[in-house]
Amino acid sequence: MTAIDANTNKTPDKVDHHLDGHESENPFQAHHFDTPQQQYESAKLGMWLFLGTEILFFGALFAMYTILRANDPEVFSYASQYLNTILGGLNTAVLIVSSLTMAAAVHFAQRSKKMLMLICLWLTLFGAIGFLVIKYFEYEHKIHVNLTWGPGFYMPVDGAEAVMVGDDGTVLSVVQEDALAVSEEAGKLAAEAEESLPDILQPLLAPTPPTDASSIEPAAIGPGGLSAVDPEAKIAADRAAAAHVEHSDKPHLEDEKLPVNTHRFFAIYYAMTGLHGIHVVVGIVMIIWLIVRGMKGHFDRRHYAPVDLGGLYWHIVDLVWIFLFPLFYLIH
Amino acid sequence: MSASHASDDHANHGDEQPLVGHLVPMSVLIWTAIALLFLTVVTVAARYVDLGQFNVPLALGIAVLKATLVALFFMHLRWDKPFNQLVFVACIAFVVLLIALTVLDTGQYAPTVFDGNPATVQTTLDEYAPDAPIAQKTGITSPN
Repeated sequence: MTAIDANTNKTPDKVDHHLDGHESENPFQAHHFDTPQQQYESAKLGMWLFLGTEILFFGALFAMYTILRANDPEVFSYASQYLNTILGGLNTAVLIVSSLTMAAAVHFAQRSKKMLMLICLWLTLFGAIGFLVIKYFEYEHKIHVNLTWGPGFYMPVDGAEAVMVGDDGTVLSVVQEDALAVSEEAGKLAAEAEESLPDILQPLLAPTPPTDASSIEPAAIGPGGLSAVDPEAKIAADRAAAAHVEHSDKPHLEDEKLPVNTHRFFAIYYAMTGLHGIHVVVGIVMIIWLIVRGMKGHFDRRHYAPVDLGGLYWHIVDLVWIFLFPLFYLIH
Repeated sequence: MSASHASDDHANHGDEQPLVGHLVPMSVLIWTAIALLFLTVVTVAARYVDLGQFNVPLALGIAVLKATLVALFFMHLRWDKPFNQLVFVACIAFVVLLIALTVLDTGQYAPTVFDGNPATVQTTLDEYAPDAPIAQKTGITSPN
């Protein structure tokens, strides 16, 4: 702290325009930068470029979401009932508040308020951990009732009984059997099925009667233009199904209203919220690092770029969740 | 640490100002958070209102508004250098472009090709849950 204190009397103007050739007295300024201003702006530009790649990274998954939902709107309307809106909303609030405390930590770091900055960083850390704890309870429940991706979604849950239905139609079931064994079995089965794929497909290659829709012979597996099913009628039926979802308190496998390919909703749900969750874990590590350095007194009004850039990262995590929440939890 | 008695929102004292960058007043940050929480309540409430095909645009519109608030005030983009603003806006523009062109393409195909359970799913059902209602749905199906 002594080196820092020795410099605190310097006015910002004097340091700002220190372009007269000699070394800056600012102990935080790296020698390859002319001014603290240049150093700060370089760091910030680098961070924004990284955040840009993050946006594109998630953007690809959002595009995949769009394709899946455009193709099967009824799947999304139906499956959304299995997500707990209350827990999702709570997580949204937790992230917004932790974003506020992160922004406040940057604010206090900029004003050399070490204690207030550390308190805000701790609060942000609690928010981040709280988010993951809530997410864990959500994931754990779904995995126990086989609301997963792939064939595991279609494994019967032995010993499961639907005991209560949440006020938004969420099914809260109690499972006695260890679901892990079941999902392992599903994985084995999926691997087997993949090996013998051509055999499985044989019965599916049976010819389907052609309609007036196309003079081309129908392909059992092929692009939609060649399909024997009337596309317009199917689109209309899908939209109608999506508009009138009946909530069920049965396990999904026993529900006769379960749309085909519902497991795809959970595939994209786990992919997107999982990637977001990984970002939260990275954020936790980053905040701990900021707290450790902050306690050593490394940040003050002349050097707070790590807190600022860490804050930017944490806000982009919040920003992604702002879109994930309505797209998965709030499907009417 | 230099002692200053300036209040939280009026940190005009030289020692309370950052050497570089822009200081956002606490009041602005707190109001941003309040607006975000309010919009969260609005978007949850909107879920229970039937607006037909306008439910999705409304939910996305509120999400865009919230994201704008976060970017402008929490992320200091309102006071940031134009080039940083350009990086952010350009990336979002490219994501929109990606999704728009993908939707244009997706719209050219009937979502009807795969009308039954995928092969691996049907195998699982035949093996473990032949009585499940979904197991009866056979038809033209996707390979996975």
